[in-house]
Amino acid sequence: MSRLFLGVIFLLVGWSVWAIDTGRAFEDDEMQARYVEIISEVRCVQCQNQTIKDSNVQIASDLRREIRRLLSEGKTNAQVFEFLVQRYGDFVLYRPPMSGFSLLLWIAPGLFLLIGGIVAARVISKRMTMPLDVDDDEIDQVTS
Amino acid sequence: MLKFVVPLIAFGLLVGVFIKGLDPERDLKKLPSPFLGKEAPHFDLPRLKVPNERISNQAYDGEVAIVNFWATWCVGCRQEHGFLMELSRTSDVPIYGIDWRDQREPALQWLSQLGDPYVASGFDADSVTGINWGVYGAPETFLIGKDGRVLLKHLGPLSRDAWENDFLPAIVAAEGNQP
Amino acid sequence: MIPEVGHFALILALALSICQCALPLLGAHRNDQAMMGVARPAAVGQFVFIAISFGCLTWSFLQSDFSVLYVASHSQLSLPTAYKISAVWGAHEGSLLLWVLLLAGWTVLVCRYSSELPEKFSARVIAVMGGLSFGFLLFTLLTSNPFERLLPAAADGADLNPLLQDPGLAIHPPILYIGYVGFSVAFAFAIAAMISGDLDQKWARWTRPWTTSAWLFLTVGIALGSWWAYYELGWGGWWFWDPVENASFMPWLIGTALIHSLAVTEKRGLFKSWTLLLAISAFSLSLLGTFLVRSGILISVHSFAVDPERGLFILAFLGIVIGGALVLYAWRAPSMDSEAGFRPVSRETFLVLNNVLLVIATALILGGTLAPLFVELLDGSKISVGPPYFEIAFAIPMVPLVLLMAIGMHTAWRNQAPKALVNKLRLPAMVAVVVGILIPLIFYGGTSVMLAVGAIAAIWVMLASVIDPIRSWKRGAGSVALTRGAIGMSVAHFGVGFFVLGVTVVSAFTVEADRSLRIGDRENVAGYEFELRGLKNTTGPNYQALEGEVDIYKDGDFIGQVRPQKRTYLVQKSPMTEAGIDAGWNRDLFVALGDPLGNDAWSVRLQYKPLIRFIWLGAFIMALGGLIAASDRRYRLTATQKESVRIQQGEPA
Repeated sequence: MSRLFLGVIFLLVGWSVWAIDTGRAFEDDEMQARYVEIISEVRCVQCQNQTIKDSNVQIASDLRREIRRLLSEGKTNAQVFEFLVQRYGDFVLYRPPMSGFSLLLWIAPGLFLLIGGIVAARVISKRMTMPLDVDDDEIDQVTS
Repeated sequence: MLKFVVPLIAFGLLVGVFIKGLDPERDLKKLPSPFLGKEAPHFDLPRLKVPNERISNQAYDGEVAIVNFWATWCVGCRQEHGFLMELSRTSDVPIYGIDWRDQREPALQWLSQLGDPYVASGFDADSVTGINWGVYGAPETFLIGKDGRVLLKHLGPLSRDAWENDFLPAIVAAEGNQP
Repeated sequence: MIPEVGHFALILALALSICQCALPLLGAHRNDQAMMGVARPAAVGQFVFIAISFGCLTWSFLQSDFSVLYVASHSQLSLPTAYKISAVWGAHEGSLLLWVLLLAGWTVLVCRYSSELPEKFSARVIAVMGGLSFGFLLFTLLTSNPFERLLPAAADGADLNPLLQDPGLAIHPPILYIGYVGFSVAFAFAIAAMISGDLDQKWARWTRPWTTSAWLFLTVGIALGSWWAYYELGWGGWWFWDPVENASFMPWLIGTALIHSLAVTEKRGLFKSWTLLLAISAFSLSLLGTFLVRSGILISVHSFAVDPERGLFILAFLGIVIGGALVLYAWRAPSMDSEAGFRPVSRETFLVLNNVLLVIATALILGGTLAPLFVELLDGSKISVGPPYFEIAFAIPMVPLVLLMAIGMHTAWRNQAPKALVNKLRLPAMVAVVVGILIPLIFYGGTSVMLAVGAIAAIWVMLASVIDPIRSWKRGAGSVALTRGAIGMSVAHFGVGFFVLGVTVVSAFTVEADRSLRIGDRENVAGYEFELRGLKNTTGPNYQALEGEVDIYKDGDFIGQVRPQKRTYLVQKSPMTEAGIDAGWNRDLFVALGDPLGNDAWSVRLQYKPLIRFIWLGAFIMALGGLIAASDRRYRLTATQKESVRIQQGEPA
């Protein structure tokens, strides 16, 4: 039962207040766009499943502050992500790393399309030589 | 014919994974520290008790040390405080504190009321150090080896169990059997 | 007293479910009429008892009986009556009871509408559903009893989670579950077919309306969840690829594949074993979703109580049900071959591609959802897989699918002359390209590759969907009318295009801005001006709120006022934000209150979301199409009537 309460509390703390910065972080449009893009991909490690853009817990606003600092120091997006991963591990990014096991995740779409294509081709080529006028039970041919 | 068994086999493997995933030992909230086995992050902070002096990781250079992130608003920190006091008396391993996201006055009161187990505490008001150490929820306790590498990270109140089962063996190994 | 009645009723239902499962199965095996005859009465009886139980729990909530632990944990004296009712399914135990009720409900419907099915077959179907009921009832009684007592009774309850105190969230679970649970019918039909070894076109025709009906409820249920998340959670997003969202989406994708595969099996007798596998998989994914949500195995905002013990029980149940089905499959599927063929350009080909792409999409989402678990078990490290992955991975099979959809629906069975197809679709294609590029440019001032592809695909599908209905309508009475199946198909596909258009435009042209406002200040976002007129304190039945009044202007004209709130619920004391939304068919204007910034200023989040309503409207249109299709006459005809209809209507499209 206490676990249920804990779950509920996490739900509430995580979801019920969300992050609203006090106005634009950057005057420069491009920097602002980069900032928003970055914080949309960073996980609030304390929350149940939220980005630091949408959470207002302390760690989320601390991380947003650090990211603003890094961007104004001229760091690239990749460097900002590297900074975070060094400290919190891959978990902190919603984009899984392109290395190790999760590389499979990135290969999967292309690989599956390839396999799917082969399967479809085999099915179609097998059936194209078979008779067109065969059905199982004609009696039940009503409409499409 | 074999292809019709594939779904069953795949499902079986999936169930196996789920059984392991249900292991009650698994803690979804615990993030392993990426610093494990690597050099601990540096810090350089004003001291909590003596604001115009500073404390940094150089203070424990060359020895096995414990770095404990704490705060007065943190319930778990209050829970572990008694045990930390005991450790400060009984163990040779120095405990350094980092007062994380806190206010000086309440923090000083806390230490004077409950006791100060720390050799010294750094004051990290805005969590810059906290972030550098990958801290996300107090209390967090790090065990640093002689060479400055992170040997252990413990999330949550430091319990006697964790001390005896995780920390002590690591300390013994690090100090080469010199308790 | 009432809770005990409810509890006892569940036990009776459990006993009935055993009869419902064992006797008809045995009876079908031995050709014993009496045993098979137990099926329907047992099912009806089970439903009655579960309904009584559900009624008892609802009564306990309405009476605020805090001697029942579940009621005390999720209700409160000042909770509005409507939410006292929806609180019944607001947490694990109660939602499980809802699940079981709906399963019994579907079973009763099957009893009612299965008169044309052979006796043995319907006996087996009802028996399988009885077996599923048994598992869920056992789980409920052993680990999740909603009638557990709290003694001494609490003076007042802990209140329902404020997030759930909302009309959208109140109906989302029932509708969603009707869909989730509804796939058990197709599953039961599949098992029955595998047990007897008979699977033919008739079987596919029987299964179709049940599958389509479940599918349409699932469509609406998911859309409701998405819409709720948007207006309630307040960050303006409508889908986060959270594990629990994915858990509801995967059965939907496979259900869609199943609907299309059933069409081929019904028409040509083809792909029987594949359709079987899909029917098993759709419900299996429903069960898997139940497992993921209730076992605590994955981190999600949505998870119910985290309890590995319950997780193990569900997993065991999953293992038996799905494992059993797959064993049957491995045994029976090899003998279900067919000699029918089709040419490369044919509806069959497009449906093969449809299925392949939908299965790929499902596999990618499943992989992404489970990857963190796999990685953690492999080497202890933790990764996150979120929208940056899923959006790309999902788009990859979906873009081809949407493009092919428009062509497939006009392709004839068996063999289609490519030239006729090109002639039919050439004009819509050209219009789609032009409109898809120009409209975003004109109305929203921009375009990009992704945007163009999405808009073109959406318009292409919408145009293609209406070609046949328009032609049929122009031809007037006297010619062959479109069947409901065909109309439903057109409507549903049109809905898909509508949906894609909404997603494409809102993703590309959303404007979001965090601003600081004092009373009297105005801020301009996306051509609209937002002015904070005032802030006042209000109270609701069980909360206190700070309400802002924000006026919205465009080009100097007043458009409307929205009232975003920050609420503090009295019992749980947690703050909650209600966004103020000015809704329109072509855009939403979204205002959320943040925190006070000092100097009487408040932080607010202002958003402009063009065409966002198309997303849920598109989903509802899809569901409408499903409803129309499922009500097609041929599913309700007896054998003799079919013959005459066939003569009347001729070869279908």
